Amino acid sequence: MRSNFVFQEIWIGLRRNLTMTVALIVVVAISLSLLGTGLLFIKQVSSTRTYWQSKVEISIYLCTADSANPNCHGEYTQAQYDQINQTLTSMKGRQVQDVFFQNHDQAYAQFKQFFANDQAYVSTVKANDIPASFEVKLVNPQRDYNIVYSAVNGAAGVDLVVNEMTILDKFYKLLDGLRNAVVIVALILVVAAVLLVSNTIRLSAFNRRRETGIMRLVGASNLYIQMPFLLEGVIAGLLGWVLATGLLIGVKSLLLNNLQQYFSYNVGLSTGDLVQVIVLAMCVGVLLCGVTSFVTLRRYLRV
Amino acid sequence: MIEFQNVTKIYPNQNRAALENVDLTIEKGEFVFLVGPSGSGKSSFLRLALREEKPSNGRILVAGKDLARLPNYKVPHLRRRIGCVFQDFRLLPNKSVYQNVAFALEVIGKPRRFIKRVVPEVIDLVGLEGKHDRMPTELSGGEQQRVAMARAFVNRPQILLADEPTGNIDPATSIGIMKVLDRINRTGTTVVMATHDAAIVDSMRKRVIELEYGKIVRDQVRGVYGQAY
Repeated sequence: MRSNFVFQEIWIGLRRNLTMTVALIVVVAISLSLLGTGLLFIKQVSSTRTYWQSKVEISIYLCTADSANPNCHGEYTQAQYDQINQTLTSMKGRQVQDVFFQNHDQAYAQFKQFFANDQAYVSTVKANDIPASFEVKLVNPQRDYNIVYSAVNGAAGVDLVVNEMTILDKFYKLLDGLRNAVVIVALILVVAAVLLVSNTIRLSAFNRRRETGIMRLVGASNLYIQMPFLLEGVIAGLLGWVLATGLLIGVKSLLLNNLQQYFSYNVGLSTGDLVQVIVLAMCVGVLLCGVTSFVTLRRYLRV
Repeated sequence: MIEFQNVTKIYPNQNRAALENVDLTIEKGEFVFLVGPSGSGKSSFLRLALREEKPSNGRILVAGKDLARLPNYKVPHLRRRIGCVFQDFRLLPNKSVYQNVAFALEVIGKPRRFIKRVVPEVIDLVGLEGKHDRMPTELSGGEQQRVAMARAFVNRPQILLADEPTGNIDPATSIGIMKVLDRINRTGTTVVMATHDAAIVDSMRKRVIELEYGKIVRDQVRGVYGQAY
């Protein structure tokens, strides 16, 4: 097979069909980058989830002087503190892995640190407004939460028991929803890309029906007649993939790395993860365009 | 070289047969005119020989191959042994004379050195010396048909099928075209030409096969076009 002849034919095909080719490349690029973004999201969510699952705790907030809870009668007392502390320590080794007490001053210091860029807010809050709390680390968060919860909930001096996992679950539901939306849009675009590939190849074959007719007459093999069209699809797919790669790197460095700033822990995706997604996107792009072209040609370029 | 054994061809959604029980043999090196009014089955005959269509009934042998037993992937190889010329030339308008002829060899993967040697020879053979770089639009109808013949012949086919090659050309120019076909025939190539042109048939004195409503009504060794037309 004479490669320069084939490439010349591809070039002619792509140029004659310029608007369709550009549309095809853009649609492939966007669908691949959305697909890739979805994959990056999945990786991101699972990596943060594993991280958080090892960290979550139950926070048991104690009453402050201003607590609205009817269970509270002003600031918690030393006796109440001792009682709760004893309950929790007695569960140690069975349900409770670790207990850590945070008094007003420590909690306030942490609060000030979290809201360091909002001094106006910090200045309205006094140390006593921030409740002291027991931070409880569970042996098995799924199994033990209810036991510990019922042991301390409603005990004198306890204002509120918060399972951090439920807060995180809301956050993860949001992320999951976002991910699903991205993947669904990506799949719709993939369908659009398939139809567009098929149309572009048909148009291209129609544009060159004179050439292909002569090729058939003089006895060119099917492979020879179809190869330029097939490669045309694959090349458009590859160009779309190159654009998608740029977009994915953008998504990773602008979006996901910025997201990273809101976590004080390292849960970022490695370059390896990104490369994996990009390579996968290439396979999807090339296969998608190649297979669609092939099937289209089988139907419209009979010998 | 071409053998039709009791061939019938009925196109889908048609009740009349395009060809009916056609039985004929064309030997290697023969020059045969296929005559008859429009719709008599001349083009169907050529399409069947090229295996663009399959017969509804009967057996066709071309260049020693039974077309019914020829698998699809071998059809291109059959077509490399058959050259084709048409009434409407079918040249590529964006390629020069040389490129049009070379195209036929490029697409069957012939090496460039071979193409460079063979193409000028064939262009000279059809009488277009010095016009290698002309575009088809710069040529007369007769010259365009010569390019088409050069393209059909460049791969030295055993058979040349011509479907009304002089149909779009004035009588004076047609004589030149016939001379080229005759020259090609003298190299040992079997030529089958479908035509309406009585003057040409009468002047050549070659074998004439007349079709009417898909049936052979006459097969003469040194025939004329016929009195009826």
